Amino acid sequence: MTWLLPLPVLLPLLGAALCLVLRRSARAQRIVSFAVLLATVAVATALILITADGGPLALWLGAWEEPLGVALVADRLTALMLLVSSIVVLVVLVFSIGQGIADGEGDTPLTVFFPTYLVLSAGVSNAFLAGDLFNLFVGFEILLFASYVLLTLGGLGPRIRAGTTYVVVSLLSSFLFLVAIAAVYAAAGTTNLAQLALRLRDIDPHVALVLQILLLTVFGIKAAVFPMSAWLPDSYPTAPAPVTAVFAGLLTKVGVYAIIRTQTLLFPDSPLTTPLMWVALLTMVVGILGAVAQTGIKRILSFTLVSHIGYMIFGVALADRAGLSGAVFYVAHHITIQTALFLVAGLIDRASGTTSLEKLGGLAAISPALGILFFAGAMNLSGIPPMSGFIAKTGLLQAAVGLGTPLAYVLVAGMLVTSLLTLYVMAKTWSQAFWRTPSEALASVMARRPDLDPEAAARREGVVLQYDLSAREPAEALDDEEDTGRAGETPSRALPTAMMGAATAMIVVSLAITLLAGPMFGYADNAARDMLQRTPYIDAVLPAGVR
Amino acid sequence: MSPLADGAATLRPNLTLIVVVAVLVATGVYLLLERSLARLLLGIVLMSNGVALLYLVISGEAKGAPLLGERPASEMSDPLPQAFVLTAIVISLATVAFVMALAYRQWQLTGSDDVPDDAEDALVQRLAEEDQTSETYDTDVSTTTDAEEDPDAVDEAAGVPVETGGARAGTSAAEHGGGEATPR
Repeated sequence: MTWLLPLPVLLPLLGAALCLVLRRSARAQRIVSFAVLLATVAVATALILITADGGPLALWLGAWEEPLGVALVADRLTALMLLVSSIVVLVVLVFSIGQGIADGEGDTPLTVFFPTYLVLSAGVSNAFLAGDLFNLFVGFEILLFASYVLLTLGGLGPRIRAGTTYVVVSLLSSFLFLVAIAAVYAAAGTTNLAQLALRLRDIDPHVALVLQILLLTVFGIKAAVFPMSAWLPDSYPTAPAPVTAVFAGLLTKVGVYAIIRTQTLLFPDSPLTTPLMWVALLTMVVGILGAVAQTGIKRILSFTLVSHIGYMIFGVALADRAGLSGAVFYVAHHITIQTALFLVAGLIDRASGTTSLEKLGGLAAISPALGILFFAGAMNLSGIPPMSGFIAKTGLLQAAVGLGTPLAYVLVAGMLVTSLLTLYVMAKTWSQAFWRTPSEALASVMARRPDLDPEAAARREGVVLQYDLSAREPAEALDDEEDTGRAGETPSRALPTAMMGAATAMIVVSLAITLLAGPMFGYADNAARDMLQRTPYIDAVLPAGVR
Repeated sequence: MSPLADGAATLRPNLTLIVVVAVLVATGVYLLLERSLARLLLGIVLMSNGVALLYLVISGEAKGAPLLGERPASEMSDPLPQAFVLTAIVISLATVAFVMALAYRQWQLTGSDDVPDDAEDALVQRLAEEDQTSETYDTDVSTTTDAEEDPDAVDEAAGVPVETGGARAGTSAAEHGGGEATPR
């Protein structure tokens, strides 16, 4: 069954090529993209079923003899990552198809979006499947380049600005990754992960520590771990809504996956528990405090994304079975819920023309379905029982208490405070965007600007007083204070079924994780056990005698 | 194979190459901190070339070309880092093309290719300096900013004289907000 392994990479790349060939027909592009990503979900499901019973699957590409070639490896962790990421990519594709159909061309060039999106999916799958450090680098580059294009799609001013920040930071991390690979090769003579797992035991521990810190820094930049997290809230919010959703769900988690893989496989004797626990604590607290200060929904969600990366880093820092299984479960939960919330933010943007909390109000009355979606997602993210967020956080808290050191209890306090502040931020968003009436929103704006009368305040500050969910075309957007439009005129638009359906599907998946939490946690536990043992992975990749 | 494949030899790096790599990467990092995208791009190019040279360093002693049949294996230089470098050069080619397009687009939009500051960050900082309160702020509790007591006080955090106009607007907004809050 090892022929399944290249498919998650190969199919999207072939689909992207086909989409470029079929660039005249948007409908053909949509069909090809949907079919390819559906096939990827099927392959990922098959890999889960295979690796759940048997051990890891390994394929040496090009039929090169071991250990000369490049290996693709799928163990339980990889299969879970592939399944969750391919589901997310598929659902966000449906969302963007719905948006594209409703808007016509808009400001997003259709010919480039679908091929780039498929290349992104191929890059993510390659990063998850890579059994070789340089192949991991190539996978990262594929997904990073696709993300550069998707982030700056349409060449608008704010996107170019945000894209520049993102591109430069990512180029720096790629440069560091190359330096790290050079150092690893110089020290051990190979870049194959299984071989490195064996050889790194024999080199000088100080050299191994340098390599470990280099790799952690590189993946920490990609995973937006404090103090390398400032680039994320600067760049994610300006992208189109589905693009932000898939970035938030996937790109940082690829960095977390790489950290988990290298920490458990390459450096099992040096888990760096204490420094990583401090890093996790700072990431959690700094991220959520950043979210508290924001007034834009997308910015708030970007900061909560950074903050919750801290939870996963904490699980990795513990490096015992409970911690790792908690981290793996948290990754699956967080990919789903963060994508779902960003899709809902995209729907809010569509329904009202803005995602600034200062201008929003009354969305729950206008669109109760949207209110339910946001509420379910927000409560899940904050960790309210019985949802998957609560289960994931409980798993990590139990692992921390199991460790029992004073620092672990500090982390427990940090995790609970972060959860509480996440709840506060989500509740603030709910009450300001959904619960209060538009006239209350106007009142608070007038409190800040006592010099204006109500009409001028609404127009100048852009408060959304009237929604028009039946509008197909966006109304004239007010971009200037001097505009003489009617007070409360807003580019509000209808919510297409495909977009609502996609967001609902993501929320349903996150609730499904709640229902399937038992089997999933068992799966994550087995994955953690195999990762700590390392021999299943190494024996699958390198046959006996080849070391 | 790499000089370490059999675990015997230790790498003896060429010092000249290492110094060249250091100079290239240092210059590249210095340029990476520039405002102008064109200079930033030059920095990226220098860093990429530095890393390519680094791979030459780690491939060990320079020997003959690694072509099968030309010479015995012991006289071949290590081909694997050369393959790495080729991949990295191709990736940096695409990077240069993309960043140049980005710089050109930025120049088209704004007339210069500077990397601008983040607008939201500036907004949050400005709100913090003005000591803006939210609409649920309780007006019974007096404000604690220095500007209330001493209009000429210097804000330690920002290092600039606190705008008393901003502080006054903040307190009057709080009063309005308090007045609005009570009927709720």
